Amino acid sequence: MPNQTDVQLHNEPIIRMQSVSKFFGEFQALNGVSIDVKLGERVVVCGPSGSGKSTLIRCINQLEKHDEGTITIDGHTLGRKKQSLKVIHDNVGMVFQQFNLFPHLSVIENLTLGPTRSRGASKSDATKLAMQYLERVRIPEQAEKYPAQLSGGQQQRVAIARSLCMEPKIMLFDEPTSALDPEMINEVLDVMVELAESGMTMICVTHEMGFARRVADTMVFMDHGEIVEMTNTNKFFEAPDSERCQEFLQQILPH
Amino acid sequence: MTRLLLIVCMAALLSACSGEWGWYVVNPTTAKGMTNLKFLLSGLGYTILLSLTAIIISIVIGLLVALPGLSSNRLLKGFNRVYVELVRAVPILVMILWVYYGLPQLMGITITVFWAGVIALALSDSAFEAEIFRAGIQSIDKGQYEASHTVALGYTDTMRFIILPQAIKRILPALGNQLVYMLKMSSLVSVIGMQELTRKANELVVTEYRPLEIYTVLLLEYLVLILIVSAGVRWLERRLQTDQR
Ligand SMILES: Nc1ncnc2c1ncn2[C@@H]1O[C@H](COP(=O)(O)OP(=O)(O)OP(=O)(O)O)[C@@H](O)[C@H]1O
Ligand SMILES: [Mg+2]
Repeated sequence: MPNQTDVQLHNEPIIRMQSVSKFFGEFQALNGVSIDVKLGERVVVCGPSGSGKSTLIRCINQLEKHDEGTITIDGHTLGRKKQSLKVIHDNVGMVFQQFNLFPHLSVIENLTLGPTRSRGASKSDATKLAMQYLERVRIPEQAEKYPAQLSGGQQQRVAIARSLCMEPKIMLFDEPTSALDPEMINEVLDVMVELAESGMTMICVTHEMGFARRVADTMVFMDHGEIVEMTNTNKFFEAPDSERCQEFLQQILPH
Repeated sequence: MTRLLLIVCMAALLSACSGEWGWYVVNPTTAKGMTNLKFLLSGLGYTILLSLTAIIISIVIGLLVALPGLSSNRLLKGFNRVYVELVRAVPILVMILWVYYGLPQLMGITITVFWAGVIALALSDSAFEAEIFRAGIQSIDKGQYEASHTVALGYTDTMRFIILPQAIKRILPALGNQLVYMLKMSSLVSVIGMQELTRKANELVVTEYRPLEIYTVLLLEYLVLILIVSAGVRWLERRLQTDQR
């Protein structure tokens, strides 16, 4: 039986952000943001450009250090550097808008580097795991290629597989389809839908509202570094409380 | 290849243009000329060995100095700046004299001419290597560090497997230039008695009184050596460019 974590035992949220603020110099990018995410919950974050969406999820894996408030992941409050790093490394995966594959490594090397170096997995175990995830993102035949030889959609699927190889409990997505040509968006979204259906905890910054409607349990709307609206998906699309959110939805949803 | 031909032509022209030349000193068809020529070339091994050893050490030091320069820690950054500025300000000849005559006294050690030369050249060059590495590493996209973080790699692994392999490709041409520079600067080590190309030429001039011819040969020796190295660097560059990665 897999280890039950504190979180599962006590039914606490796997991610808890309390009054988190983040400053870039004078500029406040996050203003007292609080959010709880339960294990297996799918959260989609949207909002206008510069509203702090990226900053929010980047604080969760400490690509940005928050200045105020507390962030708790899997029962551990992020603080002292070393310990926080371990919690994040053990729990949180991330997929970027620009894929950020390692261009000098083949696809399979991109996938096995993390498990072999930081998990102490053997090369053959790591390769087996990697092939398994490449099957899941439907590009096992590209294993020996280099990122530059793949299309954008394929690269992003490799990036998803690379994160999954670390077997995280939480996956963060920062506009994973925004850098893609339109015809490639769906192949990436399909993979993400499958991942959501498999029960992965996900926080996803995206403007793909079709995808959001389909997979999200909770919708978050941000503006000016604040969470303006946070509600279940049906309510969000049918009757959001705030005016700003209504306006935003009108702008991005097809009429 | 065309360049080598050019050199031979130039040499022929030089020999033909005036009665002042006395090529007999290095004429390979005479026994004496052959001996002299061999004597001159006998410095080649040390010139190459000295330059290669020095460049390898300077690359290592350069990297060790560059890495703290990329840190956000002000103390580490300060160390990088002070090292680079100080070392860069010392003329190479002064560095050679200081290492050979000064360092043993300071540290109570004995040091061979070869190692004094290696240390002096490596130190002098390390400041430039450090700047090359720093610029090369800084040119790598921030996203690579972030991706590395998401697959749980620490600082050392990130540098070793992600950043440096990509940076090296970009700075190889610059490193090649430093090797050329090093080959030239190695001639200065002759002043402390290193038996390399320049020293050999100096010694032969003293016995043969034919500086024009002997130094011309010396000049050609460096020219050939450096053209070979540049060709090698360009070949490497081309290979890296066509590389899929
Ligand atoms: N490293 C940084 N230094 C300074 N300011 C920053 C930095 N990162 C983000 N910001 C600022 O913080 C604000 C929020 O940025 P963030 O990237 O979180 O927005 P976003 O909602 O993700 O926008 P987008 O939809 O354009 O990606 C922006 O105004 C941005 O200019
Ligand atoms: Mg963003």
